[in-house]
Amino acid sequence: HIATSLPLPSERDHLRPRIDLIVFMIDIKSKCSLKNVEASLAYVDASFFLGKVCFLVTGVGRVNCCSIETNAISKLAEAYCSPVLFCELELEGVRVATAQRLLRMLQICAGLVPGFSALSFSLLMRNSADD
Amino acid sequence: DGAVRTLPSLGRLSRGLPFGRVHGRLGASPSSRLVLPAPLSQESGDPQRTALLLRKAWTLYSVTPLYRFCRGRLRDYARLLGAFIAAERQKGLAVEVGVELDIKVALSSLPELRGSERDQPAVLVQLSSRSRASPKNSEDKILWLGCFCCMYGDDLSENMLEDFTCLPLFLASGAESYMSVVGNWFQKTFDCIFRRLAISPFNLSWMVTMWAGCKVDKAASAVELTFSVPHLPQPLDISYAIHPEDAKALWNTIQKTPGEITQEEVDVFMDCLYSHFYRHFKIHLSATKLVKVSTAIASAHCDGVVKMLHSQYLSGVLMLLTELAISQIQ
Repeated sequence: HIATSLPLPSERDHLRPRIDLIVFMIDIKSKCSLKNVEASLAYVDASFFLGKVCFLVTGVGRVNCCSIETNAISKLAEAYCSPVLFCELELEGVRVATAQRLLRMLQICAGLVPGFSALSFSLLMRNSADD
Repeated sequence: DGAVRTLPSLGRLSRGLPFGRVHGRLGASPSSRLVLPAPLSQESGDPQRTALLLRKAWTLYSVTPLYRFCRGRLRDYARLLGAFIAAERQKGLAVEVGVELDIKVALSSLPELRGSERDQPAVLVQLSSRSRASPKNSEDKILWLGCFCCMYGDDLSENMLEDFTCLPLFLASGAESYMSVVGNWFQKTFDCIFRRLAISPFNLSWMVTMWAGCKVDKAASAVELTFSVPHLPQPLDISYAIHPEDAKALWNTIQKTPGEITQEEVDVFMDCLYSHFYRHFKIHLSATKLVKVSTAIASAHCDGVVKMLHSQYLSGVLMLLTELAISQIQ
């Protein structure tokens, strides 16, 4: 499911399946997208931040077009205890690899991988990012 | 894994913004801070020499340190470069069609164009010509100018080995064909690499904030920002002009410490401009690409073209550009 911002329209609440993972997409070329994500984060229930939220930064292939400082994104990710993935949608290889990573994360968050919970996985990602 | 290897720029991105050095203030807050050099007093340096940098459109390049560049041999280098250019023209390169020209090369040092004591003084490369048809005592016409420069480039020159000269910023004015010949000669002779220096919207927003906040005289030109709107079938550019006094007044309400700028202050300044525009036109400028900024101090385009307009703030502008160049090299 894709939405341009949160909250999701309440009319469809009863038809919506369980949400296992929220991926917030930030386009590094658009400051507007960061503001949009920051505003939408306020509508997310706190329990999601135990491993069911991730930030996806797109457009990183073009350093000369960036409008956002990566420090700001790192601080946001730290504040919400969630991992950040960087990708470039225009490169097919990266696009495919990123999609595979997200699918894998989704499997874990949905509880389909035995021995791994969303929380334990997010702690794992956080520790390796600090290195 | 393969995906990571195709994103060479990632390392540079994750290091944070280029204008992030904390000058002499330890234990300061984590937000990036830039200290502005005081504007030059009118009497310092030879105004005539540095005046040639003003009011020209300069294309920016970053240059890696030059190996075994000897300042005492500038005359020799000029002679060698002249011979190289003549040879290239024989081969049919760098030729202006239909004109018979003798191209004269001059290299000179600009000792007043430097920031700290550790900076190398700037080096000027001048290509001039006299048409064989014109009378003997007529003035040479300047065909092309290039300037190697380092303004407060301590980050780079700190740990530099002896045989290397750090002049990371190169400004070029004139035909591209001359740039490529001169660039080739320097690259071959001093084992360095020239690369075009582009300016990201992020860095442009720092520049416009800094320059709009500078004190200028009554007749100053407007602060102008140009945006390009992506993803449209027809290209669309939006130009946003602000009265310089309004921009300065806005900056005065935002700046906390005189002589310093932080990332937060830049963000607030830009957000004010964007929300003002949104209120009137219902367009989110923050979703577009900032491609050009123009103030009374200087103007800069994302393709890496700048024009410096005010002699007093010349060193401030060159300091920013030097930092950009250094971050591209490292």
